[in-house]
Amino acid sequence: MLDRVLVKQLRAIVGEAYFRDDKESLVAHSYDGTPMLQALPDGVIYPESTQQISDVMKLLASRRVPVVTRGSGSNLCGGTVPVQGGVVMVMHRMNRILETDLENLTATVQPGIITSEFINHIESLGLFYPPDPSSMRISTIGGNIAECSGGLRGLKYGTTKDYVLGLEAVLANGDIIRTGGKLMKDVAGYDLTKLLVGSEGTLAIITEATLKLVPPPASKKTMLAMYRDLYGAARTVSAIIESKIIPATLEIMDNPTIRVVDAYAKLGLPLDMEAVLLIEQDGDPEKVERDMERIREVCERERADRIEIASSREEAEKLLTARRSAFTALARLRPTTILEDATVPRSKIADMVLRINEIAKKYNISIATFGHAGDGNLHPTATTDARDHDEISRVERAFEDIFAAAIELGGTITGEHGVGMVKAPFLEWKIGAPGMELMKGIKQAFDPHHLLNPGKLFAKETRKRVVIDHG
Amino acid sequence: MDNPFVAGKPAIAHDNPLSRTILRKLDYDQLTNCMRCGFCLPACPTFRETGLEQESPRGRIALMKAVADGLMNPDQAFRVQMDHCLGCRACEPACPADVKYGQLIEQTRDALEDHPERGLPAAGLRKVLFQGVFPNRSRLKWIGKSLAFYQKSGLRRIVRGTGMMRLFAPHLREMEEILPDATGRGVVEQLGTLFPAKGSPLARVALFRGCIMDVLFAETNVNTVKLLSEAGFDVYIPEEQVCCGALHAHSGELEEARALARANVKAFKELDMDYIVSNAGGCGALLVEYDHLLQDESDWRENAAWFAQRVIDISQLLVDKGRELPFADEAATAAEPAVMTYQDSCHLRNVMKSGSAPRQLLKRVANAEFNEMKEADRCCGSAGTYNVMQPEMAGTLLKHKMEHVKAANAHYLLTSNPGCLLQMILGAKKHNARADMKVMHVVDFLYERISRKDE
Repeated sequence: MLDRVLVKQLRAIVGEAYFRDDKESLVAHSYDGTPMLQALPDGVIYPESTQQISDVMKLLASRRVPVVTRGSGSNLCGGTVPVQGGVVMVMHRMNRILETDLENLTATVQPGIITSEFINHIESLGLFYPPDPSSMRISTIGGNIAECSGGLRGLKYGTTKDYVLGLEAVLANGDIIRTGGKLMKDVAGYDLTKLLVGSEGTLAIITEATLKLVPPPASKKTMLAMYRDLYGAARTVSAIIESKIIPATLEIMDNPTIRVVDAYAKLGLPLDMEAVLLIEQDGDPEKVERDMERIREVCERERADRIEIASSREEAEKLLTARRSAFTALARLRPTTILEDATVPRSKIADMVLRINEIAKKYNISIATFGHAGDGNLHPTATTDARDHDEISRVERAFEDIFAAAIELGGTITGEHGVGMVKAPFLEWKIGAPGMELMKGIKQAFDPHHLLNPGKLFAKETRKRVVIDHG
Repeated sequence: MDNPFVAGKPAIAHDNPLSRTILRKLDYDQLTNCMRCGFCLPACPTFRETGLEQESPRGRIALMKAVADGLMNPDQAFRVQMDHCLGCRACEPACPADVKYGQLIEQTRDALEDHPERGLPAAGLRKVLFQGVFPNRSRLKWIGKSLAFYQKSGLRRIVRGTGMMRLFAPHLREMEEILPDATGRGVVEQLGTLFPAKGSPLARVALFRGCIMDVLFAETNVNTVKLLSEAGFDVYIPEEQVCCGALHAHSGELEEARALARANVKAFKELDMDYIVSNAGGCGALLVEYDHLLQDESDWRENAAWFAQRVIDISQLLVDKGRELPFADEAATAAEPAVMTYQDSCHLRNVMKSGSAPRQLLKRVANAEFNEMKEADRCCGSAGTYNVMQPEMAGTLLKHKMEHVKAANAHYLLTSNPGCLLQMILGAKKHNARADMKVMHVVDFLYERISRKDE
């Protein structure tokens, strides 16, 4: 509970209607897209300017009240669950595109703008903003920056971090900082821009971002290749890159995913396939033709059982349906869907998929794996029921094993979803004790009273490793 | 939240009686199916207008679950929030997990109806309409006749002249002004109970005439029958049929809705029909879900499924099975060139999944250009009785809707449901649409294009 004086002061800053502490508002901001996590905040605030946020932070810092900033609350790591109460700050009112600079090819936006609305606007100007997380129809640019969101185009075009040139942010004490700018080169001190990207709301509140835009590719082609042998599919991924082709999309679905997708979308996929690759290339038409021909040769050499190349946009859409339905098809199987994002070097994809399947078997649970094969970012997805406590505990143990396996293969516990609460107990496995100390030092420097999104990134204690570390 | 679960529901003994009813009536599986991904947010009109999570489907489901789980009490604000949902169900096609949101909101409203708030005048008005008027054919007819008398006898002029209408809230006043001429002569009185197909019959169909449709839009019902006949269908109009019960179901009066459903199933089952044709998306959407509505009634389950399988919107039937109609004939058409635009009926689109059928028909119309307006799939704010109960939100939605209508610059604004039609007529008047724009039901427009040719 916030005391009445503080509530009055907050309302004086943002306006009567833009601070709420009725029970409905609190419940509606007690969760995000992560299964089985919920905690009530003490209030919800909807600021409309950087100055308001600065004033709010000065006030909250003096009273030591925690703040969780959020956009649409679609993250999958418990990143915006107000686990220590306090105030949830919703950025939806700050949703304007402040400027598109066609001379410098940059756009400056407020954090609350919906990613796909931003992308649509940019594309209407004949330009391209590549980061495309699957949640882009609801997620905000601010949320994408906080989590350093990836997407299907990550392999060729990079992720959010590669498109943020500058930021304006409010610090825990209310000070306003500006980092970077419309600059392709800038080495003036530490790279605070990159530090804030992916900082999960624990270092500062992002209030404005300057983003890099690029010219759009002129054409695109789509292909589907199916394999009886998982290693054949995995070798194809590496061989394509080895032959110096970087596809725009290079996605994989494993056998459990193929079965579920086919049952849902009735695509007539062969159910005895161990893997399907969805491959897209974009760019100049001649180069796209040439690349696709070479990719087809690679697929044939690696003994793809079936290869389909779309000759029109409609055919391409059909091929894309398989991959696009993966999440929906899985989500309908059982009440609870847990989507993770363990990531390995792309040369280890087949090993990782097999390890995941073994682990699922060991714990007697259902896990289907699909994901971004080109960048090694896999989505092992458990379908379960939050009400079955025994099964949930097996799912949790399975994911521990999966994280350990990823690290053993030279990978990471999270490729694009973030650490938040869900992976905090495993962070040390990836970065080690000195890494943890350093990160805690950074947190301390930015936010000495731990007011910004407390309880995230750093767990009270690290989970004991269940698998011996060979690395 | 480590409650044990019994038969999929948390074993909690709530002190609050309303919480108990909510927990009992809600389908807890559906609550659990919501994984809170948020994909429904951009589809929801009230979220789009307010930007508030609690005004979104995900937010409302979280509130229902919080009550069921004992995290909060269902206070007045909870009630208001549940009433604020339009029930347009645009969130359902957007949901990856296929959560049946429409069922959840109806179950919640059903529970709220069991524990009514005293002294709400709106609830009283609703009760008179829902229990006294819509289900009762003779009273409806009487109202139709009285309304016709009121409108035609000069009484309306007198009433307006005295300023008596000022006693009503502004939105009711506006509604009264645009009400079309009512009639006591419905489709059966005009055409009889059987209207044969032109040429050899392709199939036997039964018309679901609706309650409001047959009083305020009897002409649309007549044109529906004639269009079906033109397209090759024998049309039967069972006299025993009653109101579909949609307005009841959406407002939480599920028992009344079930009683009406049983009466309709009985009336139509007696005639062995190939299709049951609806021309109102709002009615059709409940008719196709009669199987769900009566799923717990073993005597009715089978016949309800028989009924639900046969329900189809007229546009879909014409597209799928009908003979080509002369409005598509370029050479023969005498109708003047026209630009058309279309406002979706949410329930036709999101529940009956027939949103593309009217568009396909309109695109076939000779000498006319179809101009899709922006956000045609977004609710207009009519939403059954929503525009009467929630005038403020309905007014905002309508204002934005009419901006898109104006931008489409059409001669005809067409739709597929009486509620939407009234709302569009109201919008056109209130927000000054182009003076020569006609607001019509798709059926009336298509029939007009045919009959003009015959002249």
